[in-house]
Amino acid sequence: MNMESVFFYIIGAITLASAFCVVFLHRPIHNVLFMILTMIGLAGLFILLQAEFIAMVQLIVYAGAVMVLFLFVIMLLNLDDLRLPQDSRIVRRWVGVAGALLLLLLVAPLLGAFVPRLRSGTLMLDKAREVSNTEVVARELFTTYLLPFEIASVLLLSAIIGAVVLVRKRSGKTASG
Amino acid sequence: MSDLVWLIPVFPLIGFLINGLIGRRFSEKAIGWIGTASVGASFAVALLIFLELIGMAPASRSVQKVVYTWMLSGDMNVPIGFLVDPLSIVMMMVVSGVGCIIHAYSIGYMHGEYGFRRYFSYLNLFVFNMLLLVSANNFLLMFVGWEGVGLCSYLLIGYYYEKQSASDAGKKAFVVNRVGDFGFLLGMFLIFMTFGTFNYTDVFGAAPDKLTQGSLMATLITLLLFVGATGKSAQIPLFTWLPDAMEGPTPVSALIHAATMVTAGVYMVARCSVLFALAPISLTVVAVIGGATAFFAATIGITQFDIKRVLAYSTISQLGYMFMACGVGAFASGIFHLMTHAFFKALLFMAAGSVMHAMSGELDMRKMGDLRKKLPYTHWTYLFGTLAIAGIFPFAGFFSKDEILYYSFTRNLGFWIVGAVAAVMTSFYMFRSVFMTFYGKSRVDHETAHHLHESPPIMTVPLMILAILSLVGGLVGIPIFEGANRFGDFIAPVFKPAKDIIEHGAHHGGHHSLTAELTLMGVSLAIAIVGLLFARRMYISDPAAPDRFIRKFPGLYSLVYHKYWIDELYDKLFVNSIVEFSRFLWKAFDDAVIDGIVNGAATVVRAWGSALRWIQTGLVKDYALSFLVGVLAVIGYLVLR
Amino acid sequence: MVTLQHYLFLSAALFTLGVMGVMFRRNLIVILMSLELMLNAVNLTFIALARYMESVEGQIIVLFVMVVAAAEVAVGLAIAVTIFRQKGSIDVDEVDLMRW
Repeated sequence: MNMESVFFYIIGAITLASAFCVVFLHRPIHNVLFMILTMIGLAGLFILLQAEFIAMVQLIVYAGAVMVLFLFVIMLLNLDDLRLPQDSRIVRRWVGVAGALLLLLLVAPLLGAFVPRLRSGTLMLDKAREVSNTEVVARELFTTYLLPFEIASVLLLSAIIGAVVLVRKRSGKTASG
Repeated sequence: MSDLVWLIPVFPLIGFLINGLIGRRFSEKAIGWIGTASVGASFAVALLIFLELIGMAPASRSVQKVVYTWMLSGDMNVPIGFLVDPLSIVMMMVVSGVGCIIHAYSIGYMHGEYGFRRYFSYLNLFVFNMLLLVSANNFLLMFVGWEGVGLCSYLLIGYYYEKQSASDAGKKAFVVNRVGDFGFLLGMFLIFMTFGTFNYTDVFGAAPDKLTQGSLMATLITLLLFVGATGKSAQIPLFTWLPDAMEGPTPVSALIHAATMVTAGVYMVARCSVLFALAPISLTVVAVIGGATAFFAATIGITQFDIKRVLAYSTISQLGYMFMACGVGAFASGIFHLMTHAFFKALLFMAAGSVMHAMSGELDMRKMGDLRKKLPYTHWTYLFGTLAIAGIFPFAGFFSKDEILYYSFTRNLGFWIVGAVAAVMTSFYMFRSVFMTFYGKSRVDHETAHHLHESPPIMTVPLMILAILSLVGGLVGIPIFEGANRFGDFIAPVFKPAKDIIEHGAHHGGHHSLTAELTLMGVSLAIAIVGLLFARRMYISDPAAPDRFIRKFPGLYSLVYHKYWIDELYDKLFVNSIVEFSRFLWKAFDDAVIDGIVNGAATVVRAWGSALRWIQTGLVKDYALSFLVGVLAVIGYLVLR
Repeated sequence: MVTLQHYLFLSAALFTLGVMGVMFRRNLIVILMSLELMLNAVNLTFIALARYMESVEGQIIVLFVMVVAAAEVAVGLAIAVTIFRQKGSIDVDEVDLMRW
């Protein structure tokens, strides 16, 4: 039992438990907070997987920006004070079944011999430990994947415009009926 | 000049297009004269071509002019082509000449009518189709004209379409014609099957080689063609439409149902003389039916009181003569009689129209009488027409009818007897109509008598022109004297091939006995005068005689007066079952099945729709559930593969 | 010994939880959060595979996924706010004007 396994199980458990709380707790604020915890847990897992750069991005973007946005909205809508709706019983049963099935299906092949060139313990950058994860990612991102990178920025721009337009106070442009 | 033969049908077509499409704002005068002038132009061109033809050697008087290739499909080559030969040029001149006169007459007759423009458009369209029919150089193009005249006949008979009887008459004419056309079409199919072409010269040239005399194919083809002729020319058994066709305006009766359309059948038989010569059985059938119809229709004509009906049955009867002539091999005589008949029959109809015009629409001769003082022109021209049709020397009908009777005599005495008896009856009923209308005591009622007036010159001048033609028209066909039979000499070469075949087959020998001919001429004349005298006795000297006669033979009279109940017989045999079947098809098939399928499809779609709409709950959550199910299915498939 | 299977199992569990969150909850905000959870599970899968297949492309993809997720959250929350303004509640069961 090496350090990696220990860390994996602890962080994994925390993540899984937090995710469970996100889905099944009633009060939205609790959901948001546990979501943040899940994000942090995932960041930890990323570090375990030697993707430090991605882990940091996850923390900054997801935990730092996206979840804060959720928090803002919940507070803005003052949802905590609203009567929280109950689940619909009939749907819950069927959905539970479907969910379990999905999990099973996803897991089934993994319990088999699905081994994509697995070299346990051999880490990707073992040989080139002198180069950091950030540099590796950057090298690929700005050469081979330059076009998607630029398009991503355009995508963000359109999202910003869309969000601003949608929430304008003035009448005429309502998003949903 | 014969290059321009295509102008002949085209002029009236242009008249139709002008009057029909843009004539709405024209005055009556303009419409009428455009119509008349177009036909007149056709006549002028025809006349010029005729003069050119005369200048050519008799053997080479056959010119074809192809204007356009209409259908070209494998072996079948059907052009839009015209044939100029003595037969077709005679027909063209008759049609356009008499047609032009009738158009002029119509300007006066149809004055003030609501559908004036429609009338002249249809009339021009008719002349176009008729000219196309007689000038075509192949069967298919002739058939186009054939159908076209049938259509125009329907349109014009049903001119007063708001009147139930008129529109019924139009339908009847068209449907009965159709039955005949079916036979015609079958005949054409067989012709194409045998000869591989529709072209006249090709077919008639190859006929003696392709068809042995008396063969089944020849007989079949000619009989089928003749069926078409009986429909168009109102012979037994397809004549029932013609008396009803009198519902149309009188000039229509004059043009279509006397002078031209009904003669199309005769023209067709004459044109196909070679084919008929190769099928002696068919020739006999033609002659028999022609003779029978001549006799049969004449008997009915004796009993009718409607002046137009009398003339209608008279037309049927005279057409019978023309067919009888063709049937005994005297094609030229048949065409000769066609020409003279056009003159005097058109004249008679138009004069009757003039009477009708004066009598404020009355047609029943029992309500007429002693009109000759008030309507002098009408009286004299009608009399001329009657003298012509009765066959009194030297009027036109004498020569043409006598020729037919002569050739019938040489062929078979029976034909001559039928023809002669019919001639007596013809003379009788025609003079009967003269006496009842113009002589004797006036039976006109007071109201109508006030309005009695002679027709305007626009109507009487055409009458006079035709009266003169009825007088001198026969002089082109004087027999016996060498060179005097200009008509016969001119048109004979067209029928020479047929005559050769007939003479070759049956050895009749051409003993053209002079004494026989003169004797028969005398007999013809005598017969006509007998008829006249008999009529005079019945209707002038002894007006009560007809009633006595009727009382003596009530059954016979009733039978003839009711036209032998033929219409009722046809109704029972054919019409009713078809109507019932149509009704059945309507209710059981059209309503139930067809509408059922269409409505049923809609109902099924609607049922599905209302069943499936519950899926659209509007809740995104439910849609997401569907996604999930789908994803599960795909993943399951991929995993379990 | 932590194998690839461990990570993949964890990722599958997170994904399923996300799906159930989307299906179950009536609160629109929470549904969006569950959606984020699903996306994160997928990110985990990619990173794990990138590590075990010695390829950096997996990590690149994750970057883009994050970009898209962020954009989507922005617009999604804007919609949620608008709905709240219109109806006064964000219960998705009440947004059913497109029903039959």
